[in-house]
Amino acid sequence: MHTATYYIDLLLSGITVGSLYALIAIGYTMVYGILRLINFAHGDIFMMAGFFMVYVSASMPMAVAIPVVLVMTVLLGVLIERAAYKPLRSAPRMSVMISAIGVSYLLQNLATYITGGLARPYPEISLLKKTLAVGTLNVKIITVVTPLLTILLVVALVLFINHTKTGMAMRAVSKDFDTARLMGIKVNNVISATFVIGSFLAGVGSILYFTNYGQVSPMIGAMPGLKAFVAAVFGGIGSIPGAVLGAYIIGICESLIKANDAIAIFSNAFTFALLILVLLFKPNGMFGEKLTEKV
Amino acid sequence: MAENVLHIENVTMQFGGVVAVNNLNLDVNQGEIVALIGPNGAGKTTAFNCVTGVYEPTNGKIDFLGETIVENFPHGKMKKLYAGENMGMYSNVVSHTPDVITYKGIARTFQNIRLFSKLSVFENVLIAKHMRAKQNFFSAALHLNRAEEKRMREEAMALLEEQGLDKYKDDVAGSLPYGLQRRLEIARALATDPKLLLLDEPAAGMNPQETQELAVFISEIRDKHNLSIFLVEHHMDLVMNISDRIYVLDFGKLIAQGVPAEIQSDVRVIDAYLGVSEDE
Amino acid sequence: MGNKKRDLILSLILAAVVTALLVYVDKEQHYSMLASVIQKASIYALLAVSLNLLNGFTGLFSLGQAGFMMLGAYTYAILTIPLEQHASVYQYFNGGIVNICLPAFVGVFAAGVVAVIFAWLVGKPCLKLKSDYLAIATLGFAEILRAIIQWEVLGPVTNASNILKKFPKFDSILTPVIVCAFCIFLIVLLINSSYGRAFKAIREDEIAAEAMGINLAKTKMQAFLTSAFFAGVGGALLAMFQASVQARSFTSAMTYEILLIVVIGGIGSVTGSIIGSFLYIASSEWWLRFLDDSQTYLGVNIPFMRGGFRMVVFSVVIMLIVLFYRQGIMGTKEFSWQGIIDFFKKPFAKRKRKAVEDNG
Repeated sequence: MHTATYYIDLLLSGITVGSLYALIAIGYTMVYGILRLINFAHGDIFMMAGFFMVYVSASMPMAVAIPVVLVMTVLLGVLIERAAYKPLRSAPRMSVMISAIGVSYLLQNLATYITGGLARPYPEISLLKKTLAVGTLNVKIITVVTPLLTILLVVALVLFINHTKTGMAMRAVSKDFDTARLMGIKVNNVISATFVIGSFLAGVGSILYFTNYGQVSPMIGAMPGLKAFVAAVFGGIGSIPGAVLGAYIIGICESLIKANDAIAIFSNAFTFALLILVLLFKPNGMFGEKLTEKV
Repeated sequence: MAENVLHIENVTMQFGGVVAVNNLNLDVNQGEIVALIGPNGAGKTTAFNCVTGVYEPTNGKIDFLGETIVENFPHGKMKKLYAGENMGMYSNVVSHTPDVITYKGIARTFQNIRLFSKLSVFENVLIAKHMRAKQNFFSAALHLNRAEEKRMREEAMALLEEQGLDKYKDDVAGSLPYGLQRRLEIARALATDPKLLLLDEPAAGMNPQETQELAVFISEIRDKHNLSIFLVEHHMDLVMNISDRIYVLDFGKLIAQGVPAEIQSDVRVIDAYLGVSEDE
Repeated sequence: MGNKKRDLILSLILAAVVTALLVYVDKEQHYSMLASVIQKASIYALLAVSLNLLNGFTGLFSLGQAGFMMLGAYTYAILTIPLEQHASVYQYFNGGIVNICLPAFVGVFAAGVVAVIFAWLVGKPCLKLKSDYLAIATLGFAEILRAIIQWEVLGPVTNASNILKKFPKFDSILTPVIVCAFCIFLIVLLINSSYGRAFKAIREDEIAAEAMGINLAKTKMQAFLTSAFFAGVGGALLAMFQASVQARSFTSAMTYEILLIVVIGGIGSVTGSIIGSFLYIASSEWWLRFLDDSQTYLGVNIPFMRGGFRMVVFSVVIMLIVLFYRQGIMGTKEFSWQGIIDFFKKPFAKRKRKAVEDNG
């Protein structure tokens, strides 16, 4: 049998990955709640943020690079929304999803082209690489910072949604798009705000993830993106705490499965199996709202 | 005494805590045109949807040509919430998807026209023939069912000619003027060879002249296709003109029933529609 | 002469010309880029049409195509590897436990059947989901299947994450073209039948379709199974073309590729899917290759043309089509001789009308 340290290691690793999924999942659940769109490109925004850092930090100090990268990521997210999703807002749902797939395809190919297809090493953020002694364990600061920062951001976001005007506008738009518009809510601004928040969180997630992981490659966003979406569905579309909970569950289970050689190959499949179970037995997720269609 | 075609018995439809249809009892006999009227939101389309299998009523029974096609009683979560009458009267559950009910002989049109708008006029009617065609997936897919295909096409064409739509047969259904779209929807419903035709606000959006033509038209198809007709409508002229009997619904409850003359002078009906009484 | 007769004669002439060209290419240029493109494009045409049947004609947004292709490819490979080769192919699994070797065409048919079986299992729970959830659920199933095939425990059958090879390939480039043409022909027959119309009805308005007597669950399943069958066959043909099969390559990216081909050609047009497929394969494998090579024009080095550029150009073109030219090349129209004749008559008709107006 393995020692307690072994399992704690796995748990911590799972929490780290779970935090990443949580930060990405929030972007998915918010966008889906408002636009009913699965933003297939969201995982690739996370990947692009990683590459932004690789190139930006080469020419400026980290303290400047971090905010610059976050701004660039947000701009990318908003640009994608304006260029690829807004024009199709009145088109059938399939068209917008195809557009999202197209954007994802474009970002991946762009990244492959710019980098020549090879992974690039992620610059070190010296502060986060240090280790901390906790009892008998040596824990990297990043492992502690990641979940704390994630929870902090999630709490801040939930407060924002429930106690500010913009947050209320977001909730209104996600409940009833057309009525919100008729009530005078500037829907375009709400949508942009959603993408700003989602992209920002994806950017933060990318910094935390790649610092831990060490390198960025063009296809790295696809799988985490899908898994984050599964987390969002699990938690219930429209529920941010639900998405976060789902993300941690997926992250931890994945970590445990990967550690076992015999079934490691199923680490991705597990997440999808979870998705299918949720869709079949609790289609509104664990905490989601019911939607009905008028005949 | 004409044979009973549709028998709605004690049907209550409750959504969560809202009772949309409360203990409805209604009959349609062979060859009749029966109308269900009432103010907006009275529950008329909900009643329709219970007959066609779109909704499962919370309580009650519906018989069609002597066969029970819908039956339900409050169970599970609904048991505690049920606010209607006649609890405990029924103990079976009979439920079919709408396509099965159509196969049994009940066809319908929709309040907001639901044509296959990007397909041609001809295809819209032809699709309704699919249900009764003598074929299976392979015989149809490999075009071994030429005779059936020919029969379906001829019957569809005949229906279009009858409605005066044959010259539009290759036009995109969505491009037809509104009145013709309504006709097409009726033609499409007739293509399923029904014995009972449900019309959901067929005169919606029509002017008085069109409504008059529609009245004649409905009587004609009733005679020509040997149908019974159950319609939901707002337009009083149409209803008073062609109905054999009328039922009046208000807030989900039946408040009056009878022949047009009786209904026209019924105080409760006038109240429900106008909301005020005579002495105002 | 009557239109139908004219069309038939023109089609026969076209078929004869194409066949002659193919025979020529097969003999003289068997290993050329052209031959390779023709084979791959035919296979992708079948795959695109099978996806279009589901997404474009029935309106079911499924992203599981790569999964069914993979099942088809594996079924074909497993059933047709010559017995004497098993030891070397299944080297990590002591020659594996498969003990039969079937003729190639049986293998291809079996590929379709196996895909159908799995499609039935996947479809039962998934087809009642809303469109976006159907997409993700089918994608999820494809990923799960991919993991299962690579599972060590199934190694004796699937060779786990190792390559399957040594199975029969195409002897002539006519084979894939004819097989695919025949399959597409069957799909077109289906689309023009009563069931094809039922599929379109579901796409247009599910609730109205149901009210007109179309059983949604059954009909959706029919479309799903048919699409999966031909995806399986396509997968088997792809295996024959590539001469190797590996689960790792059947990713969701492959499904996206086919989906984008369908979009380019026109969702709801079989002709469009075929044209789109040929354009895509020819461009990406052949014509646009130059975009990937460093070029010097007039002594000036064009800096941005290097490896990967052609995929970027292609992705941009797709986005332009998706955003501005949503109906794709053919929209929902199909090939017709009348359409081609009208296309060429148009400028003359205009001139004639103008002449009449001037003189009138």
